[in-house]
Amino acid sequence: MTNKFNKNSVGIVEPKTVEIKQSLKLDCGKTLDNFSLVYETYGKLNEKKNNAILICHALSGDHHAAGYHKEDDKKPGWWDSCIGPGKPFDTNKFFIVSLNNLGGCQGSTGPNTIDKKTKKEYGPDFPIVTVKDWVNSQKLLADFLEIDIWACVIGGSLGGMQALQWSISYPNKIKNSIVVAAAAKLSAQNIAFNEVARQAIITDPDFHDGRYNNFGVIPKRGLSIARMLGHITYLSDDSMRQKFGRDLREGKLHFGYDVDFQVESYLRYQAQAFVERFDANTYLLMTKALDYFDPAEEFEGDLSKAFEKTDSKFLVISFTSDWRFSSTKSREIVKSLVKARKKVSYSEIEANQGHDAFLMPIPQYLDVLKNFMDNIN
Amino acid sequence: MDRKDFKIISNWIKKDSTVLDLGCGDSTLLDFLTSTKNITGYGFEKDLEKVKESIKKNISVIQSDFYTGLGEYFESSFFDYAVMTHALQENKNPDKILKEMLRVANEGIVTFPNMGFWKNRVELGFLGRMPISKSLPNKWFDTPNIHLCTFKDFEDLCKDLEIKILEKKVLDNSYSSNFLCKLSPNFFGEIALYRFKKD
Repeated sequence: MTNKFNKNSVGIVEPKTVEIKQSLKLDCGKTLDNFSLVYETYGKLNEKKNNAILICHALSGDHHAAGYHKEDDKKPGWWDSCIGPGKPFDTNKFFIVSLNNLGGCQGSTGPNTIDKKTKKEYGPDFPIVTVKDWVNSQKLLADFLEIDIWACVIGGSLGGMQALQWSISYPNKIKNSIVVAAAAKLSAQNIAFNEVARQAIITDPDFHDGRYNNFGVIPKRGLSIARMLGHITYLSDDSMRQKFGRDLREGKLHFGYDVDFQVESYLRYQAQAFVERFDANTYLLMTKALDYFDPAEEFEGDLSKAFEKTDSKFLVISFTSDWRFSSTKSREIVKSLVKARKKVSYSEIEANQGHDAFLMPIPQYLDVLKNFMDNIN
Repeated sequence: MDRKDFKIISNWIKKDSTVLDLGCGDSTLLDFLTSTKNITGYGFEKDLEKVKESIKKNISVIQSDFYTGLGEYFESSFFDYAVMTHALQENKNPDKILKEMLRVANEGIVTFPNMGFWKNRVELGFLGRMPISKSLPNKWFDTPNIHLCTFKDFEDLCKDLEIKILEKKVLDNSYSSNFLCKLSPNFFGEIALYRFKKD
């Protein structure tokens, strides 16, 4: 895989698709008879097959976590800062698997794929999947790849929830979990943000009860507003002040409702880019998966009981300026792990980027990840 | 491992026990206790650089300060031992910390420098300056040591808090216990180690 890219890049990567011909019973009661998952791998699986790590993506992420699809791609995968030779998730040492979750819109079976039974697009009829369902589907991918035990399952935000769920659903199939900027359950405030995002989409006249593709439209306005709102909550007041302040785009006020401030321009640009690549039904589904996540529920509300059986060791990381998934939430996870007497390290990284910090190449953060990964054999 | 104080602590700690190290630094002690006594437990450390070192050593470390952390993370009698080496004097309320140590653990172990060490007395008493030595290397305006005490002061506090001292070792600054330390600990001892529990 030689390439023109930086020597720390995994270079050109190619997504693969696996058709899972096993039925998957979902939390909602419905069953998917078969489904496809798109995934990428970086590094090599060793002979003992014990160097595999799983990367779980967050709300708007996908399987393309590192490297480039084409030589002229402008941007690498979403977690390229962490994945590659010599990086914290070192491809010289580990075999890294990253997939697009079920219900996603980047190739895995989801709302915009054709239901083989009805020969029609699933659209809004695609069942709502949960973090637990995702983990079960990821287990089937692991079986296909002949990976019995993950050396580590890693994720940030909604991805961190999947790492937690792995340690609970498959307590003996995971040796380490890295849970970054996550929560064991969302707060009312967090659910409220998700609800506003959903309402923006659902009330868009172009939404057509989720069957917008039949009408040749997409609920652009709703999806844009959902993304803008999300984006604001992923940044911190501080980082927005630093990035935009009250800077004007054209140096003067227009006394109208078009863009005056740089921050408005930025939000509109982000929203536009998002609308072009993301599906509204998937967005709705992902936010529900976030809202529903509460692994303690099955254990009388006691999260520590959920962790009792796990063999996993944990690293929990939060960021000082993250208010969407605050440090308090991470410390709740740590507290439950401690109560269950599990091996856990916790670090709160000084960062002003808000929730988005988990995607950033912050040196202290990468050091913590690297030091933890160095102990995984 | 040539730190005599760590060896003493290791001798005091039972095999397979659970230990909390408050202000664990780079977790050299926890690492040592893991290999000598097969302990399990956690380190508390505020400084990220030291947290990173601890993680590198494969030690479970929680980035936190004592005051908020102890109450937040641990139920009563969670550990066999709560250890604090050279950090007691850096606390805003050493008395509260001692009580908290004995809430979360059955026994406490602390080490701290002795303000009553003869050289410190000479510097303060005859030279009229705040002492600076190997065990107290900082100048008065730039020191984490905000609550220095003598061995006698500490023992008085233990009495007030109804804490029973189980064992005590007094060392000089090279962490060895010489004849003079034994003869008059509060005068010749530079560093003390105490093991204690609720009376």
